[in-house]
Amino acid sequence: MQFSEQWLRSRVNPSLTTDELSYLLTMAGLEVEEVEQAAPAFSGVVIAEVKECVKHENADRLRVTKVDAGTGELIQIVCGAPNVAVGVKIPCALPGAILPGDFKIKPTKMRGVESGGMLCSGKELGVPDDVDGLLLLPADAPVGQSIRDYLGLDDALFTLKITPNRADCLSLRGIAREVAALTGAPLAPLAIDAVTPQCDDKRSVKIDAANACGRYIGRVIKGVNAAAATPEWMRRRLERSGLRPISAIVDITNYVLLEQGQPMHAFDLAKLDGGITVRFARDGEKLVCLNEKEVALTPELLVIADDSKPLAIAGIMGGLDSGVTTESSEIFFESAFFNPDIIAGKARDLGFGSDSSYRYERGVDFVLQQEAIERATALTLEICGGVAGPLVETVGKLPARNRVKVRTARVAKVLGVTLAAEQIAAIFTRLGFGFDAVEDGFVVEAPSFRYDIAIEEDLIEEIARVYGYDAIPSDAPRSRLAMLPQPETLRPRGEVRRLLAGRDFQEIVSYAFVEEKWERDFAGNSNPVRLQNPIASQMSVMRSSLIGGLVDVLAGNLNRKHNRVRVFEIARVFLKQADGSLLQPERVAGLAYGSRVAEQWASKAERVDFYDAKADVEALLYPRVAEYRKGEHPAFHPGRCAEVVLDGAVVGHVGELHPRWVQAYGLSTAPVLFELAAEVVEQSRRVAVQPVSKFQPVRRDLALVVAEEITLAALQQAMQAAAPAFVRELALFDVYRGKGVEEGKKSLALRIIMQADDRTLVDDEVEQGVAAMLAAAQGCGAELRA
Amino acid sequence: MSNVDVILKEGLAALDTVTDLVELEQVKARYLGKSGAMTELLKQLGKLSPEERKTAGATINAAKQAFEGRHNEVRDGINNAKLEQQLAAEALDVSLPGRGQLPAGLHPVTLTLERITELFATLGFAVADGPEIETDFHNFQALNIPENHPARAMQDTFYVEGGDVLRTHTSPIQVRYMLDNQPPIKIVAPGRVYRVDSDATHSPMFHQMEGLWIDRDVSFADLKATITDFLRRFFERDDLQVRFRPSFFPFTEPSAEIDVLGERGWLEVGGCGMVHPNVLRNVNIDPEQFTGFAFGIGLDRFAMLRYGVNDLRLFFENDLNFLKQFN
Repeated sequence: MQFSEQWLRSRVNPSLTTDELSYLLTMAGLEVEEVEQAAPAFSGVVIAEVKECVKHENADRLRVTKVDAGTGELIQIVCGAPNVAVGVKIPCALPGAILPGDFKIKPTKMRGVESGGMLCSGKELGVPDDVDGLLLLPADAPVGQSIRDYLGLDDALFTLKITPNRADCLSLRGIAREVAALTGAPLAPLAIDAVTPQCDDKRSVKIDAANACGRYIGRVIKGVNAAAATPEWMRRRLERSGLRPISAIVDITNYVLLEQGQPMHAFDLAKLDGGITVRFARDGEKLVCLNEKEVALTPELLVIADDSKPLAIAGIMGGLDSGVTTESSEIFFESAFFNPDIIAGKARDLGFGSDSSYRYERGVDFVLQQEAIERATALTLEICGGVAGPLVETVGKLPARNRVKVRTARVAKVLGVTLAAEQIAAIFTRLGFGFDAVEDGFVVEAPSFRYDIAIEEDLIEEIARVYGYDAIPSDAPRSRLAMLPQPETLRPRGEVRRLLAGRDFQEIVSYAFVEEKWERDFAGNSNPVRLQNPIASQMSVMRSSLIGGLVDVLAGNLNRKHNRVRVFEIARVFLKQADGSLLQPERVAGLAYGSRVAEQWASKAERVDFYDAKADVEALLYPRVAEYRKGEHPAFHPGRCAEVVLDGAVVGHVGELHPRWVQAYGLSTAPVLFELAAEVVEQSRRVAVQPVSKFQPVRRDLALVVAEEITLAALQQAMQAAAPAFVRELALFDVYRGKGVEEGKKSLALRIIMQADDRTLVDDEVEQGVAAMLAAAQGCGAELRA
Repeated sequence: MSNVDVILKEGLAALDTVTDLVELEQVKARYLGKSGAMTELLKQLGKLSPEERKTAGATINAAKQAFEGRHNEVRDGINNAKLEQQLAAEALDVSLPGRGQLPAGLHPVTLTLERITELFATLGFAVADGPEIETDFHNFQALNIPENHPARAMQDTFYVEGGDVLRTHTSPIQVRYMLDNQPPIKIVAPGRVYRVDSDATHSPMFHQMEGLWIDRDVSFADLKATITDFLRRFFERDDLQVRFRPSFFPFTEPSAEIDVLGERGWLEVGGCGMVHPNVLRNVNIDPEQFTGFAFGIGLDRFAMLRYGVNDLRLFFENDLNFLKQFN
């Protein structure tokens, strides 16, 4: 909503500066988005008439003029504008004037001729028009008057952002009413007198949809000059409200819309076939609207129809054929009330709306129609002439205003400040709310222009708004104290993040919607959760794995010439279940690419491999120890992938990216990745401490040669099963292949740590234990390395 | 000069020319060994009278002590010189970088999120969470957002097959929390949210944080105080000017926009208000007994303000050159 400050002040003029007025509106919930000056600052420019105009003797394009600027003598001014001529009235900058851009005007000589000022174009004054040359003023412009006063340039254009609940402020009338309520400044009444009909012409009005159309008032005006010029004052107000003047009748309807908040429509009476019916459209009906779009009408659209055809989509847009033109001589004015629920959402469905639909869907004052049509009639008779017929009013079902109770004690409870009953009553009075004082508060009846007063809180909000949010205290709150639970078995999310960052993984945030291909490639998911309205095809499905995002970030950073990339993300994934339900668990995933440590003097540059990623997983799960089984995962190299198993459940995967994707996604070498259930990573444990043995531990090492196919896990499992209870640790400390070990085999060096809680172990039991474990290893085909 | 003095003088002179420990021991043997010069003098004491023996003995012993003292000094000197030499040879270039890897760091939005949840934890606000694909009920209906509200349009809200939505705000988390818990309720709920919008200041996915406090007597004054306190602590400016400007949201009443005064005027940083009684009723909380406030802020926007980031898209491009600045 844009309007001119001068226009507003013509109705209500509080003693506030422009800035103060702006702050007041903003702090009352009518946010001022912009205040723009109607013209830049300049001074010393008055209206002048050109009395003489001759060619400059030394310059083809220049004229030498003598102008009357009301100073008592003619002033000689040299001018280069093409439209300068004897008799025109133009703005003239006198010596001493300062034009926009701090341009000072002094008497000067131009090509040898004295020039005592400057004749101005609109552009030079910062009020550009379409004219090439001087700003031409009407013939009756008073010579000598300041151009700022004449054109009303000391004005500011306010742009308000009106929230959807305050449709009553979508007009100058509404804003003036609000300013009066907020400041107590008097509201100058706008006298709108009923026009006495001078002819009997009328059209019948029938409402077939009473719930949709609460009121319809029509009036015929004959003998109008629709081609008449719109007066300067109206053009200026329209323009300063952001509307372009079009033609007199259209401008009048727009002016009434801005001034009163009541949408109006003007039909060309000659195009109407019989009476007016307000009804829902029928299937198959079509209408070409004023914006030249053809609309296939549907039964949810309310239309204004005559006896043979729809003429307009009610409250949204008129039809092209039946609209008033500059040739129209008989017009039919519509001033109607349509139910907001009927209009709401329709403009969106149609793909176009209007200033009318914007107001109707938010709620127009339902008693305003008659005043508005009288105002439009009076303006039409004044500007275009003609004679008016009688008003024809048909009423459907109008909204009712409930009486809403507000308790003084509830106001204090919700706002945290106690207001006296008199204060509250004064606020309601200012707002124009009807009310009755009752024992514990007030019963209020909201006026017809307010659609946002239905419950007690609505009134509390109004009280707060007028009282001022600034005036409500802001003391430290009192609260019942309670500590937050801190389960030791849950690791805070921040700790998980920092653990990964500490291992040189940079946290990233990637989109949850991804390319469908990623889901197939990295998750083997051919049936992902699809968006109905994706913003782009590469963001069309919800991811079921974080791997695609990590690989994408890798590729992006390789393009930025990074050669070592380590990133992680914690985010939700979206898993469609067989029964159609949806799981949205959080995952922790990481990717490492390039050298193990950043290139440096102290270590050889070695590429990260599977076991680096596995170490990251082990650290994330620590102190819990998972089982790592040979895994299958669509993203990973089948020989370099493990599923991570905790308590018998697969909680994630770790592996090297499949060579197929390494190639397809343009990577030169394979990154290693892991993806784990966040829930598992966040589990921790509370320590139950064990006594520390006082007896010496014994260590024995075994080097076992086994076939390549035998996994460490299988070997360890067999040996562990045969181990006596005092075996504390059975761990691998070396793997050897090469000289001395047969091709196809490997040598695994294992450390056995033995220690009892209650005694020093004797040689015999140690040797027996080791022998039993060795025998178990031999059962797996292992041989003691020679 | 007596014989003793001559021998001592010679001995001390010999010690002064010594450069290594072997030579030192040889010199020592020449004077203090079994047949060393000073040992010989002592041996001759027996030939003297008791009085003479007493004086001569004292003189010889003094000479012996002087020699030994010098000997020890020379020995320590040689040892020290050797150690100095070793230390000099072992010296490192300490300006070489340390071995191994440095840590990486967290995303700026995470840093902001953690900072804010920690500030609210000091007032007893717990952290709540919820799903990102939401039902119409939790995202709109329960929050008093009517059927034909523009926010529900496909131009604004992402819909998945089946009619659920990608949550457009973190408010459904408060709905879920209130359905599961009775007051007092004090939570903040950060998370990813989604809207159909993409330009320099909008991302189709971004981050919000919702706050909610419901109890018997929580008022608009408490709301003002809590938010003001939070903003001053977050921006670490005790004199930060904060204002609450009337606004409209379907799920709060009275509602307010939160503005802070920046270098270039008032800047909107979030929305807030008293939880609408319809919302409380929708989650089975009696609005007569309980009141409370809710607020919502954009975490990305707070990160931008805090760290001076001027383009929202930087948060989602994951350019390591950008992200590593926060390490």
